[in-house]
Amino acid sequence: MPLFQKNNTAGPFDYSRKWLLRMVFIVGTVFLYAPIVVLIIFSFNDSKRGGNIIWKGFTTKYYTKAFGNEELMLAFGNSLTIAVASTVISVLLGALTAIVLWRFRFPFKPVYEGLVSLPIVIPEICMGVSLAMFFSQMGWMQTGDSHWPFNLTNIIIAHITFSFPFAAMVIRTRLQSFNREMEEAAKDLGASEFRVFKDILLPHMKPGLVAGALLAFTLSLDDFVITFFTSGPNTVTFPVKIYSMVRFSVTPEINAASTVLIIMTLVLTFIALRYQRVDSTS
Amino acid sequence: MQSIRNNVGVFLSFSSPTFIWLILFFIVPLGIVWLYSFGENVSLTEIETTWTLDNYRRMLEPEILKLMGRSVWLAFASTIICLLVGFPMALVIATASPNAKPWLLLLIMLPFWTNLLIRTYALLNILGTRGRLNDLLRWLYEQADALINTIGLGNLGLLGDGFTPLKMLGTPAGVIYGIVYVSLPFAILPIYSSLERMDKSLLEASMDLGGSQWQTAKNVLIPLAMPGVITAAIITFIPALGQFLTPDLLGRGQVDMIANVIERQFKRANDWPFGSAISLTLLYATFMLLAIRSFNDAARAKRASKR
Repeated sequence: MPLFQKNNTAGPFDYSRKWLLRMVFIVGTVFLYAPIVVLIIFSFNDSKRGGNIIWKGFTTKYYTKAFGNEELMLAFGNSLTIAVASTVISVLLGALTAIVLWRFRFPFKPVYEGLVSLPIVIPEICMGVSLAMFFSQMGWMQTGDSHWPFNLTNIIIAHITFSFPFAAMVIRTRLQSFNREMEEAAKDLGASEFRVFKDILLPHMKPGLVAGALLAFTLSLDDFVITFFTSGPNTVTFPVKIYSMVRFSVTPEINAASTVLIIMTLVLTFIALRYQRVDSTS
Repeated sequence: MQSIRNNVGVFLSFSSPTFIWLILFFIVPLGIVWLYSFGENVSLTEIETTWTLDNYRRMLEPEILKLMGRSVWLAFASTIICLLVGFPMALVIATASPNAKPWLLLLIMLPFWTNLLIRTYALLNILGTRGRLNDLLRWLYEQADALINTIGLGNLGLLGDGFTPLKMLGTPAGVIYGIVYVSLPFAILPIYSSLERMDKSLLEASMDLGGSQWQTAKNVLIPLAMPGVITAAIITFIPALGQFLTPDLLGRGQVDMIANVIERQFKRANDWPFGSAISLTLLYATFMLLAIRSFNDAARAKRASKR
């Protein structure tokens, strides 16, 4: 569609066909994507330390360097461990919360509901600070000296606390499309409460559980601020490591490591989308 | 929906894990912050709650007040820019063809899934004095300069002596750029969903009654989208106010915001009581904004029920 076409064919409210609005949309999208694209391009930049601003030719040596960086890989392993552990528990807690809120009527329900959504809305720095103080008060800050993976307990607890409410939200949305008649039919045919749960409710929840899990996983991988406060000096996650590298000096190695993480997140997002598509067609 | 009367057991076993978790790892930690905010450092490692109000009083020091004022105005300016850019973008998505809509939404959401630290780091390359933004501006300057020379106005010196790169890193402009960059998707989604639900026949009615495009947009479209705009403003403003990474990396210590001061109390100054008091103030501000939002929602629901 040419930019300056008269809006004869389109109605007056087809705002998406007005060229001025289209321009804003395109500029906005470029604004969102350009930094990420530039970051990926500069991960192939053959420049010396600190010269990340000027293009000096193509190389893949910084990928080799990033993968050979032991501390970085350890941090990456920590991040994945934390993400897996916190995802499993977040989905479990999220599912329980979603079922309670969807199924039952009980006194103080709005209070319960508000409490569950609080971790979503409070500023992350407040949550980071409060958990850091809590762990040090409990004397748990020294867990950095204990053996892997128990030295990650603090961070895992923190991640569960901020990600399970999101999982609960996603799972609850899925539950709302459940047909109660199925449950009644099963009960009429003699199924027990547990059978109904296992054979009818759980299969229905599955896409919600998967979507909730992927959300919890990305949130955990993404978090910097809360981890920064709750991690001890010896427990470093990928974002925390990247942060200290950025503070030290800006090198293409950081770009290479970031590119790997960006691609991982992209793959996860697409898996999540495919699940949702299957979900909406079935 | 069932009452819990007949199956208290099921209810308790389903609701208590979450409840216990939240009490233990959310409410108790916040309680500790609250207690510490009334405490003082008695030795290097010990803090005693003496119910002093000194930590709150210290927030009235000009230095801290200036910092809070700056945080509020940076967050406010970023929110306004997000709304001004986000509204037209949401409008384009909401009126796009049904096939294009999910893809346009995905286009906006994808950067949002990328790690916040990585996105902020990516801006370092863009905003530097020799960065990509200045490359673009220099190119535009040269084009404009060449154009002026060709039409023979070269010796009037309309564009000054030469291109001076824009300094973004370490300035409020750079921090605002960063906050807008990380929160734009937040602003677009609520506006989009309110535009999506809008009854298009109201727009047509306005045109049929002789309103111009502009009048229709001003008197019908924007007021109807207002609830979405207010939600967008609040969910952009709250995280913006508590931003730590953006001022830290892009402000280069020159443009600190509240979160940077909080971080300093915990990581360097070792003044936990004062850090607690500032954190709680930020938390109260958040609650106030959320209360405004729910009042706004309630008022709207009331008006809708009267209609």
